[in-house]
Amino acid sequence: MTTRTFRVWRGDKSGGEFRDYEVPIDEGMVVLDVVHRIQATQAPDLAVRWNCKAGKCGSCSCEINGKPRLSCMTRMDTLPAEGPITVQPIKTFPVIRDLVTDVAWNYRQKRRIPGFRPRPRNPDGTYRMQQEDVDRIQEFRKCIECYLCQDVCHVLRDQGKLDKFVGPRFMIYLANQEMHPLDNADRIPAVRRDFGSGYCNITKCCTEVCPEGIHITDNAIIPLKERVVDRFYDPIAAIVRLVRDKPTKEPAPALDPD
Amino acid sequence: MADLSDIQSVEHDVVVIGAGGAGLRAAIECGLQGLNTGLVCKSLLGKAHTVMAEGGCAAALGNVAPQDNWKVHFRDTMRGGKFLNDWRMAELHAKQAPDRVRELEEWGAVFDRTPSGLISQRNFGGHRYPRLAHVGDRTGLEMIRTLQDKLVYLQHVAVHMECTALELLLDDGAIAGVLAYWRETGRLFLLKTKAVILATGGGGRAWRFTSNSWEYTGDGFALAYEAGAELINMEFTQFHPTGMVWPPSVRGILVTEGVRGDGGVLKNSAGDRFMFSYIPEKFAAETADTVEEADRWLADSSKNRRPPELLTRDVVARAITREVVEGRGSPHGGVFLDIASRRDPEFIKRKLPSMYHQFKELAGVDITKEPMEVGPTLHYFMGGIRVDADTQMSRVPGLFAAGECSGGMHGANRLGGNSLSDLLVFGQLAGVGARQYISGLGKQPRIDMAQVERAVQRATAPLNRAEGINPYVVTEHLQHVMDRYVNIVRQRDELETALVELEKLKQEVAQVKAPGASQYNPGWHEAIALGSLLITAESVTRAALIREESRGGHSRVDFPGESDEWVKVSVVARKGVDGQMEVRTEPRPQPPADLAQIAHATLEELEGSGATAAREKGASA
Ligand SMILES: Cc1cc2nc3c(=O)[nH]c(=O)nc-3n(C[C@H](O)[C@H](O)[C@H](O)COP(=O)(O)OP(=O)(O)OC[C@H]3O[C@@H](n4cnc5c(N)ncnc54)[C@H](O)[C@@H]3O)c2cc1C
Ligand code: SF4
Ligand code: SF4
Ligand code: FES
Repeated sequence: MTTRTFRVWRGDKSGGEFRDYEVPIDEGMVVLDVVHRIQATQAPDLAVRWNCKAGKCGSCSCEINGKPRLSCMTRMDTLPAEGPITVQPIKTFPVIRDLVTDVAWNYRQKRRIPGFRPRPRNPDGTYRMQQEDVDRIQEFRKCIECYLCQDVCHVLRDQGKLDKFVGPRFMIYLANQEMHPLDNADRIPAVRRDFGSGYCNITKCCTEVCPEGIHITDNAIIPLKERVVDRFYDPIAAIVRLVRDKPTKEPAPALDPD
Repeated sequence: MADLSDIQSVEHDVVVIGAGGAGLRAAIECGLQGLNTGLVCKSLLGKAHTVMAEGGCAAALGNVAPQDNWKVHFRDTMRGGKFLNDWRMAELHAKQAPDRVRELEEWGAVFDRTPSGLISQRNFGGHRYPRLAHVGDRTGLEMIRTLQDKLVYLQHVAVHMECTALELLLDDGAIAGVLAYWRETGRLFLLKTKAVILATGGGGRAWRFTSNSWEYTGDGFALAYEAGAELINMEFTQFHPTGMVWPPSVRGILVTEGVRGDGGVLKNSAGDRFMFSYIPEKFAAETADTVEEADRWLADSSKNRRPPELLTRDVVARAITREVVEGRGSPHGGVFLDIASRRDPEFIKRKLPSMYHQFKELAGVDITKEPMEVGPTLHYFMGGIRVDADTQMSRVPGLFAAGECSGGMHGANRLGGNSLSDLLVFGQLAGVGARQYISGLGKQPRIDMAQVERAVQRATAPLNRAEGINPYVVTEHLQHVMDRYVNIVRQRDELETALVELEKLKQEVAQVKAPGASQYNPGWHEAIALGSLLITAESVTRAALIREESRGGHSRVDFPGESDEWVKVSVVARKGVDGQMEVRTEPRPQPPADLAQIAHATLEELEGSGATAAREKGASA
């Protein structure tokens, strides 16, 4: 058994500091196990969120050696063998205490996005969709709402434009609604106007950290941006579109005044 | 704790405690019915245990096997539950599950599809036909997200997250409110309400090796018990046969039954498919008895009998335990689960993506190339709060329960996939039940401030004590006791020892100390949860001691085999007038004749009309 130094950020909204803990490490441990060991033996009030311990719930996001990660899926043997390991809360959202941040902003963004609006069922009472028609959005639906992508997106993290851009997680949510074969609402004007698709400059940092391997930029954001461009900026595309396929979708319902 | 007027308070018609599948579905129903609804949960919204469910949601949609219908689902459920299920609940469940699943689709869920574009269904242990609507192996996530995304747009529902319910408040024996506390600030919170729906899930954290999350401390059992409700069937704890066993820190994490449903087989250290030696007589007629037939089933499940790996969970878990005890286990004390030699890598990655991911990341094992090592893990509570089958109300007026925290539906053993459907069916019914209760309520219930004060004192005691025991250490003791004495196979003297140990633990729990402030303090939370864990552990142990037979999730070495006498009674726990736990047997009502006939019918009798229809469909297609 080896012993490692864990440098864990302790504090709250009024400030804090890194504190060192010497922890014995067993084979196969992940960072969350180590945090729990610190909790059980040295700092019972060390605040951390977790639920599934299997990469499924997206609760345990934090920054490990400066990188946004799920702590339950970060094995100790994938980290450098020497030196202290730093663990700190994700940066984009305000700290509550220790490793726990206030992610309420994300819940508010979801409520701003118009909900799913299904078309009526077929006469035989079914909905029919082919697997290949749903493959694309099934990728988006893998999202576990860990908000690691929101954490790295520089529009939110460095520029702090939380009032302008909903961030990659909710671009995916919009793409999911927009590309859902059963959805009847038209969200394209809102994608640009209310949700700030123009702020993303396709750096792909979000895609790189997504623990679910969702191709956030390529499969969700870029296609949404293309639809926006199609509709608003390209007069020829817009005319062709008008002649060829009359908009069959209804405009999205008014925003929730939240 | 001095000034109670300082406590923040809110008023609702109904408070739902728990935001997993059952709580969300119940809250949606309440919201749709126009009730002013409060939804309380310990974690953030969308993180509840339901998110972890993998395999699927059982409903006789008949999309893959047109012969399937509610009667066959009902029969499978009763047989899986060893006939101890509440007959009416099993009936409602089998009948209503298809509508509840179709409704999810209308709310945006995207299940995997059949070639004709319908919701696809997969095979699972104990289900006669491919019946589980699924999305790869992340069905729970799909369900919880769909429900969450439906709920957040509802007008009348307020979500109080990271808020823990501490005690139910009563007015003349009926529900009047809930005392809770906010994790973020550590402050207390009083919810005044006419009805409460408990949807708090199970109590697997009383054991060390469990597939359950930190939230599973049996809070709902304890809240209901303290308020005067009864707990039924608590002796039936489900050990899932396949949990991870290596490395130690992930021991217990679930390996979905979908691996076996999609062709995975169990082998011992000699490479034998040992399940062929463990086929119970009752299932012999419907189970393949040669490797050849079992293999043919994979290609054509309608003409061949099911492989023994898909027997019910209790049977498979006991078989694995036996193999390990008799020295035929894998290097780390489990057995091998092999899908690599059965399916090509592409298939495995598409059908079981999160299993692939989980083993790769956590154990360094590539399941498309090597077998997994697996062993039993505490997974599910069949027992729980006793409720009326149609309304979901407990014997406490205004107190309802749905989902894993309620008991009766699954009898002695739950079939895989029957929980997700249970959450939807009974979550919805609980919402309806609560509305009916509220509309019949004469007066507004009153909060008894003396009760609030006592509850506040109890909850804050661990913070205020000058000295005391570390709550994490006490939890470990408790888990040790349950692992050692109340595990898969039980016997009288061990259960009695457990009770003695639990008495000692009560003393320890009364002395725990949580250092630090009340704000987001996990140590304090752990200290509070210990009370619930103890009630959970004690009720399981006492019920297990009383039931002198082996049935489903409850096995007694001193009473092997099912007994015809014991199927006639339920074991019921409640708080006695002296404050001690009272556990007794109670005769079960006679099953309704029509249901009994279905449960004991042959498959041919039940499939009759459907099978004909299927043939006709086939002919015209
Ligand atoms: C890994 C895994 C895989 C599974 N796979 C399947 C499957 O494929 N098919 C299937 O049918 N079943 C499956 N199950 C079982 C099924 O997922 C659970 O039984 C089911 O999700 C329980 O749902 P629930 O709504 O009752 O509770 P949960 O989803 O656990 O929700 C409980 C809620 O109660 C809240 N809560 C608890 N105590 C308090 C309190 N004191 N105050 C406030 N809130 C509280 C929690 O915060 C949470 O929101 C699986 C289980 C596991 C662990
Ligand atoms: S690609 Fe867009 S959304 Fe993603 S991190 Fe970069 S700017 Fe943010
Ligand atoms: S898109 Fe990926 S990184 Fe972003 S919240 Fe979802 S799972 Fe996390
Ligand atoms: S604890 Fe659920 S993702 Fe880490």
